[in-house]
Amino acid sequence: MLGIGWALRRFVRSSEDFFLSGRSIPAWIAGLAFISANLGAQEVIGMAASGAKYGIMTSHFYWVGAMPAMVFVGLFMMPFYYGSRARSVPEYLKLRFDEKTRGLNAITFAIMTVFSSGISMYALAKLLELVLGWNFHASIVVTGVIVLAYIFLGGLRSAIYNEVLQFFLIVLGFLPLVLLGLKDIGGWQGLTSKLAVVATNAGFESGAWTHSWQYTGSPTQNPMGIEWFGLIMGLGFAMSFGYWCTDFLVVQRAMAAGSMTAARRTPLIAAWPKMFMPLLVILPGMLAIGLHATRGGFLPIGSDGHPNYNLAIPMLLAHYLPTGLLGLGLTALMASFMSGMAGNVTAFNTVWTYDIYQTYLRPGQTDRHYLRVGHVATVFGILASVVAAYAATRFNNINDILQLVFSFVNGPLFATFLLGMFWKRSTGHGAFVGLLVGTVMAALHYGLTLPQGSGPGIHGGFLGTTLHVYPSEMALNFWTAIVAWTSCFVTTIAVSLLTKRTKTDEELRGLVYSLTPRIEEGYMVWWKRPVTLGIAVLVVSAILNLIFW
Amino acid sequence: MNQLDLRIPIGGMFAIFGAILIVYGLVSDPAMYERSLGINVNLWWGIVLLLFGATMLWLARPKNPV
Repeated sequence: MLGIGWALRRFVRSSEDFFLSGRSIPAWIAGLAFISANLGAQEVIGMAASGAKYGIMTSHFYWVGAMPAMVFVGLFMMPFYYGSRARSVPEYLKLRFDEKTRGLNAITFAIMTVFSSGISMYALAKLLELVLGWNFHASIVVTGVIVLAYIFLGGLRSAIYNEVLQFFLIVLGFLPLVLLGLKDIGGWQGLTSKLAVVATNAGFESGAWTHSWQYTGSPTQNPMGIEWFGLIMGLGFAMSFGYWCTDFLVVQRAMAAGSMTAARRTPLIAAWPKMFMPLLVILPGMLAIGLHATRGGFLPIGSDGHPNYNLAIPMLLAHYLPTGLLGLGLTALMASFMSGMAGNVTAFNTVWTYDIYQTYLRPGQTDRHYLRVGHVATVFGILASVVAAYAATRFNNINDILQLVFSFVNGPLFATFLLGMFWKRSTGHGAFVGLLVGTVMAALHYGLTLPQGSGPGIHGGFLGTTLHVYPSEMALNFWTAIVAWTSCFVTTIAVSLLTKRTKTDEELRGLVYSLTPRIEEGYMVWWKRPVTLGIAVLVVSAILNLIFW
Repeated sequence: MNQLDLRIPIGGMFAIFGAILIVYGLVSDPAMYERSLGINVNLWWGIVLLLFGATMLWLARPKNPV
């Protein structure tokens, strides 16, 4: 089964070239690639882990986080990305602000890719350990070598193509798992009663795992340890908008669309399958913890005394799927981890070689030289991923560490973009200082607070004094994002007002809202317009929130 | 030159996966399906995949040139 998957992928890979030359990727493909770009280990393993650890509140990552953010990027930000003809997000920053802002963003972005790839590596190694019985350390080494070979053989050139294939592989590979699990536990009713046990064991009211809003009046009432304000501002605003609006890997997919309208419609089309993703990734996590609590020992216990939530999906796969279908499920998982890792390492390589090395360290060398630097960067990226993978072993939910990284990088960046796109007075110095202060403040907040039940170290609190203890890792992440966003926003405004503008109105045309001609959409049938699509997405998300209130 | 329709490789891949699972489901030992609640998931999900693959291929069928 595995062999056939790989053989077919190989066949597909050879027929890639048309894609890169032709600029007209159909909207549904760009849309699926848009969400597949983040349907890697972080989503499959991380969201299931969060489903187990935090219950249905994890759906906020979708219906409060991703949905409004995707509508916003489609309606308001895509015109500037697409219209500016920037090839990447850092490049937009260079056009809008200056070289140093782009450089700073390139560095933080490079760090983020290493973490993402390390998390995929951890997930893949854990899977090999579980399924094949290998030693975890050996699995890490093997994973690194495979990814290295994959990248050097040029496996990622047809990224968009592969991603769409993987999307279907994951959906069709996991759906039988969810259906079997749900049938076994007795449907939604059965799940609710099992999760009531989980909730009361943890000292919450019985509905805490199955209601997404009802217990958000106070952080002490729900497993995520966050109240509605921190949830909406931290997750819904700073972190989700930061991720979906500024993450280069994701936004780039929409930039490949054939026209401005197609580019704007990409995230709006992508929102529909994304909306129902919780069924596929959060529900299995909830099933796993329900089984764990009522049938005993379903998830292995980690060194911190808590269940290792990361193993929710792999354990379910091994529990329910017979030989045959198990192959399909494992192929889906491994393919997504591999490409998730390879994609991030390749992005790291590109950013390091072109945005940092070529621009600042050694400009004007031959192509051969940069190619060699690129190879070294790939090896270095993988070694750094190994370190990140071991950091991930310290978290019982990889989504916790992932969102921590996002809160540092995307939180402040979103404030920079917001001001850059909608306030023409914001200056390069302002953006640079704001971004720097935002990231430093995030680090200070992280260093001075702790999640409950952890000692100072990788979970925070390493600056000696602990000013506040949050009920969960995720609550700490949300507040880190709020602190980072706010300090970047305020600093950028203050410094911009104190410094002179370096770009004229003419240079900013197409980059700033007030200097860009409005897009005329009157010629389209009303139901095809991006605005209509966007409103429909928001209405349906609101309904989903109400159903699981 | 016409662009290769992505639906063709997707449809082809899942149709083949589906066919393999159906055959495997028919010949395999039923005792193996105890873990999947006694349901022969290989057979049933194979049928689903085959139908999905066939639909994709059908959608991508060549249109008559004008």
